[in-house]
Amino acid sequence: MEKRTDKNSYTIIFAIGMVIIVGFILAFLASSLKPRISENERLEKQQNILYAMGINENEGTSANFVSTDAAPELFKKYIKQQLVIQNGKATANDEAYLIDVKKEQANAKAGKARQLPLFVGEKDGKTFYIAPIRGKGLWDAIWAYIAMDENMVVQGAYFDHKGETPGLGANIKQRFFMDDFIGEHLMANGAFKGINVAKGNADPKNNDKTDNEVDAIAGATITGDGVSAMIRSDLKLYVPYFKTLKN
Amino acid sequence: MGLLSKKDAALIKDPLADNNPITIQVLGICSALAITAELEASIVMAISVLFVLGVGNVVISLMRNIIPSKIRIIVQLIVVATLVIIVDLVLKAFAYELSKTLSVFVGLIITNCIIMGRFEAFALGNGPWRSFLDGIGNAFGYGVILIIVGFFRELLGSGTLLGIPVLGDPIEKTGLYSIGYENNGFMLLSPMALIVVGIIIWVQRSRNKALIED
Repeated sequence: MEKRTDKNSYTIIFAIGMVIIVGFILAFLASSLKPRISENERLEKQQNILYAMGINENEGTSANFVSTDAAPELFKKYIKQQLVIQNGKATANDEAYLIDVKKEQANAKAGKARQLPLFVGEKDGKTFYIAPIRGKGLWDAIWAYIAMDENMVVQGAYFDHKGETPGLGANIKQRFFMDDFIGEHLMANGAFKGINVAKGNADPKNNDKTDNEVDAIAGATITGDGVSAMIRSDLKLYVPYFKTLKN
Repeated sequence: MGLLSKKDAALIKDPLADNNPITIQVLGICSALAITAELEASIVMAISVLFVLGVGNVVISLMRNIIPSKIRIIVQLIVVATLVIIVDLVLKAFAYELSKTLSVFVGLIITNCIIMGRFEAFALGNGPWRSFLDGIGNAFGYGVILIIVGFFRELLGSGTLLGIPVLGDPIEKTGLYSIGYENNGFMLLSPMALIVVGIIIWVQRSRNKALIED
């Protein structure tokens, strides 16, 4: 005897019903949680930018942001100006930190002008220029906020990733990797060179800050190459602006 | 055990040893390779699978009489995927930091063959309570192996446990490193996870006569 659940009509009705129910649950959940999620993402951007310029609650070897409650206030206090650089012209824009770097990269690829956000921070009389960059790791996107001084010497960096391997590529967001960038020069002999994540550079403690190299993470070659590549391609775009600072 | 009947208790106990999903059934190997370079990631993955397999088994078991057999695999996939997405969304809204740590695992949980395997082999033919116990048991069996592998890979590969250095500093040459010990970078690469799992299987089989094949 054929079971009721073996009938084709039942199968089709079941499939349609299930898709409608599951679709409804997920759509309802996604749209009702969306405001909270985007608020979390906005605060995270502020925390990232502040982290790069050294405003964080780091203890020992762990990397800690300022709390989400304090972030908006600190962001207002320390970030003096937000700029959008387009076609070589810098204009102030208080929502520059919400610019989606991924979209801008796509615009540039499509031949449209790319908006480059740059955040000018001030702490203890020192000026920081913080730029967001984005690239590809092994599995998915990686991105960073790099804080520089007016000579394009890195003052701080925050790296993050969407889905790098835990224990290997995911370690780019660990202190031992991010802190290596502090003091590293992006320029060499007056030209932009970037910073290479190098294997076997015989400088694991990173004492040489002018070699344009930091020590790579073992087992994370492709993620490391992704870091080098995004620094080279994205930070290079800021060089003309930094040249105008000196004049 | 007073709480569970003998048959129910076996549902939890068996997957821990004699019928372990990784070492005996050799399921879920891909995720065991991918995320065991660190102990912390292994623990997080173990907890995630515990949740998804426990709840998923109950959901499938409740639906077992109405699921059309022709499309049951797709139905199972949808149930896992929905559960994982719901957890991911809720965490993103209410525990953002935690959700960032977990985002890596979302894809790995959906494709974990232990989950599909238990849905197919157990939940489709048993009641919700027994399915729940079976799910929890198998998730524990999976988690135990994951944590053992993660422990050895992090200890021997990076000299740390849960990110805390336990063998000294490899660059400053303190602790064990002062007498010439070196981290084995090979432990961080996935092939070594396979070898560690192999050693566990070897130890388990040589100790348990019932598992020895001719």
